[in-house]
Amino acid sequence: MLLLIARRLMQLIPTVIIVSMMIFGLQQLLPGDPATIMAGEERDPEVIEQIRKQYRLDQPIPVQYVYWIKGVVTGDLGESMRLKEPVSTLVAQKLPVTLQLATMAMIIAIFIGVPAGIVSAVKKGTVWDYVVNVISLWGISTPNFWLGILLIFLFSVHLGWLPASGYVSPFEDPWQSLKTTIMPAFVLGNSIAGVLMRHTRAAMLQALSSDYVRTARAKGLNENRVILAHAMRNALTPVITLGALEFGTLLSGAVLTEQIFTIPGFGKLIVDAVFNRDYAVVQGVVLVTSATYILLNLLADLGYILVNPRLRP
Amino acid sequence: MSGATAIVNAGNVPETPLRRAWRRLKARKAAMFGLVVIIALVLIAIFAPLIAPHDPIKQSWTAVRKAPSALYWFGTDEVGRDLFSRIIYGARASLAAGVISVGIAVALGVPLGLLAGYGPRWVDAILSRVTDAMLASPFLILAIALAAFLGPSLTNAMIAIGITATPIFIRLTRGQVLAVKVEDYVESARAVGNPRWRIAVKHILPNVMPQLLVQITLTIATAVIAEASLSFLGLGQQPPSPSWGSMLNSAQRFLTNAPWMAIWPGLAIFITVLSFNLLGDGLRDAFDPRERG
Repeated sequence: MLLLIARRLMQLIPTVIIVSMMIFGLQQLLPGDPATIMAGEERDPEVIEQIRKQYRLDQPIPVQYVYWIKGVVTGDLGESMRLKEPVSTLVAQKLPVTLQLATMAMIIAIFIGVPAGIVSAVKKGTVWDYVVNVISLWGISTPNFWLGILLIFLFSVHLGWLPASGYVSPFEDPWQSLKTTIMPAFVLGNSIAGVLMRHTRAAMLQALSSDYVRTARAKGLNENRVILAHAMRNALTPVITLGALEFGTLLSGAVLTEQIFTIPGFGKLIVDAVFNRDYAVVQGVVLVTSATYILLNLLADLGYILVNPRLRP
Repeated sequence: MSGATAIVNAGNVPETPLRRAWRRLKARKAAMFGLVVIIALVLIAIFAPLIAPHDPIKQSWTAVRKAPSALYWFGTDEVGRDLFSRIIYGARASLAAGVISVGIAVALGVPLGLLAGYGPRWVDAILSRVTDAMLASPFLILAIALAAFLGPSLTNAMIAIGITATPIFIRLTRGQVLAVKVEDYVESARAVGNPRWRIAVKHILPNVMPQLLVQITLTIATAVIAEASLSFLGLGQQPPSPSWGSMLNSAQRFLTNAPWMAIWPGLAIFITVLSFNLLGDGLRDAFDPRERG
């Protein structure tokens, strides 16, 4: 197993290097001279020259990359031009907020998606199956930000039950924290629930038509036991690994959701940075999300091997 | 072919795969619903000037935030523009973004996928690593970062979405090529001395088409949402040109006194994305050899 982990880690190295090159390369897309752009309103040639020196923009691009990647490896992601703070500090401040939101969203998605998918498979071809299919299509096709706006209209503007925006940490006031995050978490979880429903349904259908389920039925086992103890246990394995991958999608979705509910997380950090031309922050956020995504992929892979003995070396 | 032979053959001519897929697709009501809505949307986008009752960018200070009425079917926005006309014109931005960005992704991804699957091994190694790396960054975040560095505009949003979606097509094409390149007909095409590019284009590509078509349809759905998201954030279509995403952005500020501003653009995005998803699902079933009928 250790050998396998080591091998998978080795395979990741080229991916990680190319990701870092791509993210570094983003700044080469900026039209015009980066130093002038970074200087913003400041047109003083001395200031521009200083910026060029400070960020080593006077050096060849490969040299700039080496300096940049050296910094990244030691945890230095550069400095925010606007907030005058290290990007790593900003990331460390905002990431927990988004992770809280993403975890809540995942829990909501699992609680809706998995049971609905099972019901849909067990009751294939009935009204239940049809209803679940409609709900899952709704989840997949609804834009996050529209659902967010509709929920704010209903629960905040119309009913006045939940705050429309803002964030409270669970360590400060758990109840208030739940009230501020439940709507955005639901919005985020909604689309993943749709995806999970579809995968659970497909996996359950496959499991239900397999030989071991037929054997279990032939033994005269109670149908509920066949479904829950035999079919579901096997069907859920791929669904769980898929869930881990969908966690990465949640990080994407958080960008819009945090914007709508004014939650000071990772998504809001990148959007604010984009509009303030704070490029180091944009690069930092993309780098950290990609790293998180790669790590989740690895964990999902290893988890899959762990629960599926046939794949072990 | 003469009329007589056509009649003789009518009963026992084997059905072409394309005809069979179309027959199966026609039997799927949800997919046909999607197809009809997509055709309607395309017509609306093309004939927008003839359909829209008002100028979509003309402001009117006497008609600010009017509720839906006989004059303004969907109501008006914060500067008195007719929402119905803006939704009609907005279809242009959404569909163009969906089709053009996926067009970019296909134009880049399919040849690269063919090259990875059927070219020299070292090319495959490089392309596969780059694809892995691109797929390692969440779709929207990568598109936002690209759009941010390229500068906010609808064209740049389309380029950003297109580039971000490219690895999906590289991977799909490569996978299909690997699956069919060991088939007998490809081997025999090679045995008679066809050059590699000819085999790739004439023999392998047609076999990749069904999966490609399904993926194109589903990716257009994703691209439409991505464009709306970028426009919502201010990185896509720039004002005053109408886009469903940017309409939702301004609607957010007037939820209390003009909720209709938020209903229509969202519904338009939802219906468009749903239609492409329904058609994509239908196509997948129609092309699936394991499905009967």
